[in-house]
Amino acid sequence: MRKTLLESLTHGSLTEPAPAPDEAALSELAAKVDRAAQARLGRSLAIREVDAGSCNGCELEIHALSNAFYDIERFGLRFVASPRHADVLLVTGPVTKNMRQALERTYNATPDPKWVVAVGGCAIDGGIFRGSYACVGGVSEAIPVDLHIKGCPPSPTDLLKGLLALLEHVGCKR
Amino acid sequence: MGILDSISHVHTASSHRPWPRAVVTEAGWQAAIDRLVEGRLTLLGFWGEPTAVHMAMLDGGSAEIAVVTYACTAGTFPSVASRHPPALRLERTIHDLFGLVPAAADDLRPWLDHGAWGKSYPLSDRNASRDVRPYQFLPAEGEALHQVAVGPVHAGIIEPGHFRFTANGEHVVRLEQWLGYTHKGIEQLMQGASLEAAAKLANRISGDSAVAYAFAFASAVEAALQIEAPRQATLLRALMAELERLANHLGDIGAICNDASFALMHAQTGILRERCLRAANVAFGHRLMMDVIVPGGVARDIAPDGVAALRALLAELRKVFPRLIELYDNTASLQDRTVTTGIVKAEYVRQFGAGGYVGRASGRNFDARRAMAYPPYDALSFEVPVLEAGDVNARVWIRIREVEQSAGLIEQILDQLGPGGFETALPAGTGHGACEGMALIEAFRGDVLVWLRLDGELRGERCHLRDASWFQWPLLETAIEGNIIADFPLCNKSFNCSYSGADL
Ligand code: SF4
Repeated sequence: MRKTLLESLTHGSLTEPAPAPDEAALSELAAKVDRAAQARLGRSLAIREVDAGSCNGCELEIHALSNAFYDIERFGLRFVASPRHADVLLVTGPVTKNMRQALERTYNATPDPKWVVAVGGCAIDGGIFRGSYACVGGVSEAIPVDLHIKGCPPSPTDLLKGLLALLEHVGCKR
Repeated sequence: MGILDSISHVHTASSHRPWPRAVVTEAGWQAAIDRLVEGRLTLLGFWGEPTAVHMAMLDGGSAEIAVVTYACTAGTFPSVASRHPPALRLERTIHDLFGLVPAAADDLRPWLDHGAWGKSYPLSDRNASRDVRPYQFLPAEGEALHQVAVGPVHAGIIEPGHFRFTANGEHVVRLEQWLGYTHKGIEQLMQGASLEAAAKLANRISGDSAVAYAFAFASAVEAALQIEAPRQATLLRALMAELERLANHLGDIGAICNDASFALMHAQTGILRERCLRAANVAFGHRLMMDVIVPGGVARDIAPDGVAALRALLAELRKVFPRLIELYDNTASLQDRTVTTGIVKAEYVRQFGAGGYVGRASGRNFDARRAMAYPPYDALSFEVPVLEAGDVNARVWIRIREVEQSAGLIEQILDQLGPGGFETALPAGTGHGACEGMALIEAFRGDVLVWLRLDGELRGERCHLRDASWFQWPLLETAIEGNIIADFPLCNKSFNCSYSGADL
């Protein structure tokens, strides 16, 4: 164990420079975020991830955000266990009909001000699962969405760009 | 003696490849169930169509496979689950999707159907409505018992499902799962889909097994059409499959340790996992390698700098991984949580035909790569680790050994890659109506089965995809009994069953 610990201390940091915020994501967001709500939030966002029926590919990449390369916590972004502690819901999947109610309840349990980020092609409009008898077809069909992050799945860098856009927007309007 | 020799059947469907499928009468169907109950055959899959049910069975000794079909002329079929418990969830699913009724079934509660689809029996044209009483969990009675309900939304970043614990103090006396929250209706979306669209769907059955599903789907199509992917393509498929196995095992070994509050391991394996995904991205243009395997071969060759990226990955792995194994082995606080926790009995993995590390950690020596010896594994050398203890620790060790084996396989494949075609052109149609194919491919968590029927224009007529999780989830219920609730995350992670793959 000592060897591993020592080596982690001596070899340089793996963490990579932060990507520039995505312009398109920024403008989509700007149109939607409520001004009054922004003033109440500091430069820190608590994120509750909700899988609304994804294939799990998006979750794998969301997990990767916490590894040493991306180290999402340095941006003041952290994943929390309860919607009651959350500012942001990160929602994946085509919203299966079996998950719709749980998603709505999670949304209702999240205190205001709150933002919803729909992650991945399925979360945008059902993606490849669109038209199924078992899917609602996009997160915005169930709850209001502030930002979409495209990709199938979006890479950790894409996710980070989207989240940074959210963070900067929320931060600068304080 | 072949499987069908001991089961009376009416006739054999000649267009079913590579294993036979035969229509049976009630006597034949019962004889098939007898073989399962006796343990002479293992249930590999059980699925429906609007007017028929099929069972795929494996003879573990000869690695022979056969499918039996029962025509449900009266909308019913003799229940399999009432005699052979591993069939239960599959049987409830058949009822949910097709409305076929298993005669004399003990348990016909809905499984995937949560009453939210707005239609009962969506894959049949039956319009009957269903009982809409709230879901009844199985009872557990006794003084001082209490229930803990968890999910579908969990505290971590994981897939949704419901777990109902009945506990006596901290000790779990019963766990009952209720899944289906990620049911997306994939089998219906496959109907009428072009091969291209269906392959994309297959890639997205379970994101962590994208390669394995694409591999299985492509193999089933190729079996149906009697074509073979070129050698270079099979090598690349196995290369991706091993890379996927490596990435998942690395991620899970760390996550299991993390659930035992040993975060250092999680951080270290997280770095290795990320390096795998980046190498995959360089080599195949997608971190999870989705949409690279297609029926007939692979969509593109490995990128020119992919070989170097993969060799660098192996070098890093060889340097770092042995130290992490040592760390796992020498950390008493970790061993304290994993040794003797969540034991799965050997008799259960045999009865359920549990695949992957769940089966192999409890003594079931089965790996589709070796048993089916599909290309290119028939010409590669590797070992299949098997342990007996059946606890969380054994499942970790199986994964550790499989990481080493996968690294060896990747190296062998890189040495063998050469120039050459990587795609066989598909025919425009069968020229003679429908054809059927099947494949069994080893994903990181166990064998994936794909069965399909294509129409004359090569569109999906019926496709069934069965994840290894179907036969592993029920064993998680048995593994947690007598353990404390706090050990559930650890047990659960050591299984890492798929929700999306089993809910479809
Ligand atoms: S967007 Fe793609 S990766 Fe994400 S859940 Fe949907 S199918 Fe899976």
